[in-house]
Amino acid sequence: MTAATRLQSRHLLSIADLEPAEIDLILDTAVAMKEIGTRTIKKVPALRGRTVVNLFFEASTRTRLSFELAEKRLSADTMGITAAGSSVTKGETLADTARTLEAMSPDIIVIRHAASGAPHLLSTICRAGIVNAGDGMHEHPTQALLDALTMRERKGRLAGLKVAIVGDLLHSRVLRSNALLLTKMGAEVRACGPPTLIPLGLTALGVHVTTSLDEAVKDVDVVMMLRVQRERMHGMFLPSVREYFTLFGLTPARLERAASDVIVMHPGPMNRGVEIDSAVADGPWSVILDQVANGVAVRMAVLYLLAGEELS
Amino acid sequence: MTQVGDAFVLKGGRVVDPRAGRDGHFDIRIENGRVSAIGKDLPLDGARVVEVPAGFVITPGLIDMHVHLREPGQEHKETIATGTWSAVVGGFTGVACMPNTEPVNDSASVTQFIMKRASEAGFARVYPIGAVSIGSMGDQMTEMGDLRGAGCVAFTDDGKPVATALLMRRALEYAGMFDVPIIEHCEDPSLKGAGVAHEGAVASMLGLQGIPGVAESIMAERDISLAELTGGRIHIAHMSARQTLRAVRDGKSRGVQVTCEVAPHHFTLNDEALRDGAGYNTNLKMNPPLREEADRLAMVEGFRDGSIDVISTDHAPHHADEKALEFDRAPFGIVGLETCVPLCLDRLVHAGVISLSRFVELLSASPAALLRIPGGTLTVGEPADITVLAPDAPVTIQASALVSKSKNSPFDGWQLRGATAATIVGGRVLYTNPAVSGADRFAGPAKS
Amino acid sequence: MPVVMDADRVGRSLMRIAHEILERNRGAENLALVGIRARGVPLAERLAANLKVAGGPDVPTGSLDITLYRDDLMRHQVGPQPILRRTEIPFSIDDCTILLVDDVLYTGRTIRAALDALIDFGRPKSIQLVVLVDRGHRELPIRADYVGRNVPTSRQQSVQVRLMEIDGRDGVEVDEAEEAS
Repeated sequence: MTAATRLQSRHLLSIADLEPAEIDLILDTAVAMKEIGTRTIKKVPALRGRTVVNLFFEASTRTRLSFELAEKRLSADTMGITAAGSSVTKGETLADTARTLEAMSPDIIVIRHAASGAPHLLSTICRAGIVNAGDGMHEHPTQALLDALTMRERKGRLAGLKVAIVGDLLHSRVLRSNALLLTKMGAEVRACGPPTLIPLGLTALGVHVTTSLDEAVKDVDVVMMLRVQRERMHGMFLPSVREYFTLFGLTPARLERAASDVIVMHPGPMNRGVEIDSAVADGPWSVILDQVANGVAVRMAVLYLLAGEELS
Repeated sequence: MTQVGDAFVLKGGRVVDPRAGRDGHFDIRIENGRVSAIGKDLPLDGARVVEVPAGFVITPGLIDMHVHLREPGQEHKETIATGTWSAVVGGFTGVACMPNTEPVNDSASVTQFIMKRASEAGFARVYPIGAVSIGSMGDQMTEMGDLRGAGCVAFTDDGKPVATALLMRRALEYAGMFDVPIIEHCEDPSLKGAGVAHEGAVASMLGLQGIPGVAESIMAERDISLAELTGGRIHIAHMSARQTLRAVRDGKSRGVQVTCEVAPHHFTLNDEALRDGAGYNTNLKMNPPLREEADRLAMVEGFRDGSIDVISTDHAPHHADEKALEFDRAPFGIVGLETCVPLCLDRLVHAGVISLSRFVELLSASPAALLRIPGGTLTVGEPADITVLAPDAPVTIQASALVSKSKNSPFDGWQLRGATAATIVGGRVLYTNPAVSGADRFAGPAKS
Repeated sequence: MPVVMDADRVGRSLMRIAHEILERNRGAENLALVGIRARGVPLAERLAANLKVAGGPDVPTGSLDITLYRDDLMRHQVGPQPILRRTEIPFSIDDCTILLVDDVLYTGRTIRAALDALIDFGRPKSIQLVVLVDRGHRELPIRADYVGRNVPTSRQQSVQVRLMEIDGRDGVEVDEAEEAS
């Protein structure tokens, strides 16, 4: 595999579009970006004069703040638009919002949207580079990249790592991006969840799918817990929180089956007592706060690399 | 455009008319809007002569029994005039239109309005299909006798399934009295849920909520059982899933009066297309959705073995603004009238799946027989509804050039072999295809 | 390809510079070396070793990637972004005398970027510039405090510094004018 010196696309829409060498390039760049966060003056002039629009159609605190911080550390001018209070709630279509933004000549648009493929729609309308900050049940590429950076930091590699991803797989964009990234990079991925929440197509990626948490975590280097939304707990996916925690909750006892130096990750926000025991969330295995720090560095890397690509 | 009364002879063309048992070179004489003679070396008697170019094929007028004309109520998508002109350009001399207009075609007054508008437009013939239930709400059965009297040829709650098994049972029993079929949009609402694409690996990885194939087949199985119970006629609309085809075959083998139709997109495309380009092309969003390759192949096999009765387009025009939305929010449906003939000729006839004769059955004879409407064959004394095909003409589909009011086609840029050369309705040559060499011979003499 | 400095001359120049540094910074209190990536970094490390040999103190050494401060980065980009490498300055630069080290001094733009970057790390007492080669053609008011060799060049020429740690050998070469400049 030869080292990539640039990203092939002007957009980051999905991990599916990235080559392994491009993933390495982003992660290597993120390592360099991370150092900036340790300085007294945590700011570099790399994107001075560039405009980044943060278009958040879906509630998100940590991803939005993480992108904003990344943009500010790179000295970009940023504008934030959230669904509440914008023309979006007045019935304007995404395409019209995009055209309006386009008139302001942004260099990069970061979009979070409840509909899968919304960033793709934007990429067909806008000249700006589009960064997918989470679209529906599709992908959350920067989350998978920051997870990969965290794993690489802690384990020194991605290839050959055994990773269990546990929870509501069906509705999770974090699962999709991580499954794509980790299998591309040669990790062994196991996905575990109740049968009502397992999407099709995972085995085709080379992911081992199981409904047994004990089987999933056996000897793994990494356990990644996914959020289970409370609204899935009634309806027909799951009978109760209690039964979910019994079958799929991550406890210190369950973790004993994993490798002795296992790390536990969670994209947040966590539901303590639903998918994860507090003793695990706050225990020595947890790298959840590393993930947050790495999120800023990875987003700086993505913005920096995309800013170099020519506007079409 | 030729006028009624203009007598002319289509000379020496290959005529494919399976219902009449004809496949060979015949002359067809047309007078006063009707076929006045069919035979070899007909006397000309001063009539205008159209020497049919070599390779052209004369067939009974094609009939699309599943079209959404959108009028009344959604004239920004299509009108009866634009839709029936789109039909004529596509080679269809007749269309059956679905009742999910605004208001729903659940009363004779709406049916009469549609018939009146169709007659004013003067393009393809229109056969309205009435709603099974008032407002297609699934509660109260419509006045089927009244609707039948006004011109409805079948009943359906298309857009959604007939809500309950009990209503479907009653509809089958009641409609049987008028010898009209119930057309079913097969879909179990709970299994469909908020689905927007076929439930499979593609939708899963694109993060789109899925609609499993069995959402269709479960409803088809219910309806086939009810047709068996009642002796009524059930027609499965826009079949897409292999499980449904299996249910239809089972029903037919038991002697149930079940028929089915398949739309061109379900035998030419599969769900992988959703990944093409930037992905999430809303012109690939229709209901039932593009299924996986196994389903597409099953449909092709259904044509090969004769299990499928009809090809219909499910022509569903939507304004470009309505489609320029997030995939989840865009409406279901694509236009189909003007792309049907090239797709069927290229992907079924030239691909060796079916013969030209079978093509005519699927697109003309069978829908006419099913709906008990005139046409489907060329008969002396009957209206001259004729489609002229140029099966070897190259075609490049251009969505922007479609005459339908809406351009929501996923086939833009497709290069296919097989075109409509001319469309004749009631003895009037309404359309000759400027892109097909020799088609202009069918045009009548210019009127001063 | 003319060799303007061979391995021996590179070594002697770096030793001479070490002596000059000690002489000029009498006592060598609070000295620190910062190499500009890529070839400034091994040069800084060699100078640290030479300073000890010359009787000086242990001088901390850091490396600086100036990519994010480049003045061509903020202009309209038509190519891929330069590859970003790690910056490692594992000590406080406040009140230090910083010896900024690079291989070739040319337009001065790299040094401008490095000065901006260094200021973001703290407030050094002073910054002195060390270069192995000064080839002229300054575009900014910048000069070196210590120079291995002044090499007059034309703008069409390119100066190649080879270092053992990166290139497997030491030496400085001048490529002749490239065609169609």
